[in-house]
Amino acid sequence: MKKLINDPKNVVNESLAGFAAAHSDLVRAEYDPNYVVRADAPTAGKVAIISGGGSGHEPLHAGFVGYGMLDGAVPGAVFTSPTPDPILAATQAVDGGAGVLHIVKNYTGDVLNFETAADLAAAEGIEVRAVVTNDDVAVKDSLYTAGRRGVAGTVLVEKIAGAAAQRGDDLDAVTAIAEKVNAQVRSMGVALSPCIVPHAGEPSFTLAEDEIEIGIGIHGEPGRERIKLEPADAIVERILGPIVEDIPFASGDKVLLLVNGMGGTPLVELFIVYRHAAEVLAAQGIEVTRSLVGNYTTALEMQGFSLSVLKLDDELTELWDAPVQTAALRWGR
Amino acid sequence: MALGLSWTLDWIRRSGAVIADKRVELITLDRAIGDGDHGENMDRGFQAVVPKLAMLDDDATPGDALKLVATTLISTVGGAAGPLFGTAYLKAAIAVGSAPELDGAAVVALLTAARDGIVLRGKAEVGDKTMIDAWTPAVDAAVAAEASGASEAEILAAAAEAAAAGAVATEPLVAHKGRASYLGERAIGHRDPGAQSTAYLLQAAADAAQAA
Repeated sequence: MKKLINDPKNVVNESLAGFAAAHSDLVRAEYDPNYVVRADAPTAGKVAIISGGGSGHEPLHAGFVGYGMLDGAVPGAVFTSPTPDPILAATQAVDGGAGVLHIVKNYTGDVLNFETAADLAAAEGIEVRAVVTNDDVAVKDSLYTAGRRGVAGTVLVEKIAGAAAQRGDDLDAVTAIAEKVNAQVRSMGVALSPCIVPHAGEPSFTLAEDEIEIGIGIHGEPGRERIKLEPADAIVERILGPIVEDIPFASGDKVLLLVNGMGGTPLVELFIVYRHAAEVLAAQGIEVTRSLVGNYTTALEMQGFSLSVLKLDDELTELWDAPVQTAALRWGR
Repeated sequence: MALGLSWTLDWIRRSGAVIADKRVELITLDRAIGDGDHGENMDRGFQAVVPKLAMLDDDATPGDALKLVATTLISTVGGAAGPLFGTAYLKAAIAVGSAPELDGAAVVALLTAARDGIVLRGKAEVGDKTMIDAWTPAVDAAVAAEASGASEAEILAAAAEAAAAGAVATEPLVAHKGRASYLGERAIGHRDPGAQSTAYLLQAAADAAQAA
């Protein structure tokens, strides 16, 4: 294993310190417990939004803290949910009196720790709501599983809910917008190579030189099937099909298409993916009116990508276009 | 012999030692069907607990020590294991109250409350391939041992043995909770890491009672 680290135990803290130093105009980091908030937090009278989860998915979530998106982010250990105390501390730090929305990816640990923190915050008189994202169509949503996973679609939930909070929507309205985005976005991923958790030191799974995992999770969890490597266009079709069929998306829909890199795939390949994904959608009468291509929800150094498709309407489009100023997304301001 | 604070402290220290010793094994089990962090997280939690035991007063009760474990695990472990084991120790602490010494009935109450707390938080049932598949057989064995007049040490030994068997018995199961639930039949053949760590913690309790 070759990694640019000093000590596996210090990966999260040292990375957080560097992030906060590089973006001191946007954010402030606190340590023990660890969290990141907007440099000017709290914003009086504005609904505050916090997200968090295991580290290793950067820029998710700290990279999305700033004007028009998140008020705070809580990074846990690598691929491990944060504990309730930093979530509570961040919730207190961003509360501007209008309530706090927690955006939580659907993993058992994240949900349990955020629930516990929300109970503690409520006991201190802070109104907290939670929206649990579950956009990954690769795994079955049923009584017999922990439900669909929250993956790259979470970025779209954070951006659009963040814009709603920034324009002054109240807690009920911001929560409703976040739930609407989550209900209208579907994602699926593929891995060409595994990722290595620093303290584990070994790949979290193995793939033969000519194998890929269809439906991979953002921690390297297995998906639907393992197949031989195919040309990019064929892989795009394999994962776009289940996404489009799930809601289902239909001819005449306007959508946002997100091509998300898993961390180890170069942009030159992500644009090859985008090109064909947009073609396939257009052939079905689905119009891509907004797009995003880049590394937004990563799995350490995993090679691979995910596609997310969000059904847009005028309100969601307006909120997507609204100004945002964060380390990883910045426009209009 | 009823079990007091010294047993509780010895149990916690032995827990820290066995989790440190089995850290890599638990990581390996979790990497097969989860995300590979269970050993790391549990070790981080118990290594934070053990030094804090010195903060307890001399007249502290077993319940005080269990509560210290609960709050420390909740704030240091993360993942699903933090809230689940933290809740287990918290409910166990509440169940034993301020009693300075635990008799057989109190030991059974401790284990039962711990298991019920995990079920309350995690909503898992027996057969879901989770730590409940170690906890529930352990509670059942403890109840049976206590009913037959066994000593506190014998009750805990029975619980530990049942938990270890319960952990092994998760191997042929399909998971219905947690990350392993996404694997479907691919989880078959792998032992649940939370059930295995439960077995180690209860063995530590039994060993501490044996030595008391």
